[in-house]
Amino acid sequence: MKALLLLAAGMLVAAPAWTQNRVIPQAGLKSGFEFLSPDLKKMQLDDFANPGTLWVDRGEKLWRAEAGAAKKSCADCHGDARASMKGVAARYPQVDRHSGDLMTLEARILQSRVERQKAVPFARESEDLLALSAYVAYQSRGMAMEADIEGAARKHFDAGEAMFFRRRGQLNLNCAHCHDANWGRTLYAERISQGQPNAYPAYRLEWQTLGSLERRLRACLSGVRAEILPFGSPEYADLALYLSWRAKGLPIETPGVRR
Amino acid sequence: MSARIQIPAEAKRGEIIEVRILIQHVMETGYRFDDRGTPIARNVITSILCNYNGREVMRADTSSGIAANPYLQFCMLAEASGELVLSWVDDEGVRGTERASLSVSG
Ligand code: HEC
Ligand code: HEC
Repeated sequence: MKALLLLAAGMLVAAPAWTQNRVIPQAGLKSGFEFLSPDLKKMQLDDFANPGTLWVDRGEKLWRAEAGAAKKSCADCHGDARASMKGVAARYPQVDRHSGDLMTLEARILQSRVERQKAVPFARESEDLLALSAYVAYQSRGMAMEADIEGAARKHFDAGEAMFFRRRGQLNLNCAHCHDANWGRTLYAERISQGQPNAYPAYRLEWQTLGSLERRLRACLSGVRAEILPFGSPEYADLALYLSWRAKGLPIETPGVRR
Repeated sequence: MSARIQIPAEAKRGEIIEVRILIQHVMETGYRFDDRGTPIARNVITSILCNYNGREVMRADTSSGIAANPYLQFCMLAEASGELVLSWVDDEGVRGTERASLSVSG
């Protein structure tokens, strides 16, 4: 009996993290898509009219273009993206085996660009980086998000989770105040969604262009008048990992359309 | 910069077909300022033209107020097999074209 109890206690401690408490149960997850107007839903679902697909097309061209001192294209090493990149975006952010750093999909593409192609890195949020990340993520469209938060990823997950619940900015709000506690309600003219990351890079009408998840997070930080971290900050990757876990099971929509 | 035209590949003579157009363009309104307060010069598409076998079937004179990456849709009469040529020009004088072929039977 005692042994059994001990065993049970041991199991609790070792319980995989996905059993940890979710504020929004997995069955209640809603993509930002469900909060869009009928017009925008139609735009996202129509591959011709969805402006984000222009970046996907551009990404496809870049995928096959030779670059850098190595004179290699992405395709030279990775072959047909439809096969090699299928499902990749669904498991990002991911820890780099060699450096131990947590990498977003954008960071991983930049790594290949610099270390493998020996080319000058794309600027963050540049048209080319957005195009390639949209093209790579597009290969996972419809697939469920499933980032790994065990092992080396765990400390990044914990940091991301802490960030999500930390109040910040002049408005002194945390992410959960809006996206866990008040989704479905209206803030000014906007309906607050659950703050899910599954549509990115997404075409946002307010931006009139495609933008990364980081750009969206910066908009939320600016909304609560908090300090905006520079693009590529490790904090964004930690937060993105927490968001991916929180969205576990939601289908990737890249390129999504948002207001 | 790129653009797309969507039309049915085939149509019957006398059929009304739908043409859809999407052009990638910033459509900078001219009403915005950069971080330093300097006005950003207007750069919008000013004219969009569609020719079908050499005849103009649609023309739009566009200006500020049209969203980035303009999307247009119109209908036309399929008369003979041939080519639909889309062309546009912006404030900077940059021109673009895109083509689509249509096969008309009957
Ligand atoms: C004051 C309320 C508020 C706070 C606090 C806030 N957001 Fe948002 N967030 C919004 C609004 C409004 C939108 C745009 C409409 C929507 O999708 O909810 C948004 C959108 C998002 C989206 C995009 C959702 C989609 O489907 O496109 C993500 C992701 C997100 N927020 C994450 C966060 C994170 C992470 C934090 C904490 C750093 C945060 N937000 C803090 C209000 C807030
Ligand atoms: C010279 C060969 C080479 C080229 C060229 C190259 N890569 Fe890579 N790429 C690799 C290798 C090797 C890895 C695995 C790295 C690792 O696991 O540490 C990788 C990993 C990746 C990953 C992560 C895959 C995963 O399953 O997690 C992505 C995404 C990626 N590359 C995108 C690109 C893109 C986009 C380009 C073109 C801009 C590119 N790569 C060019 C060799 C290359």
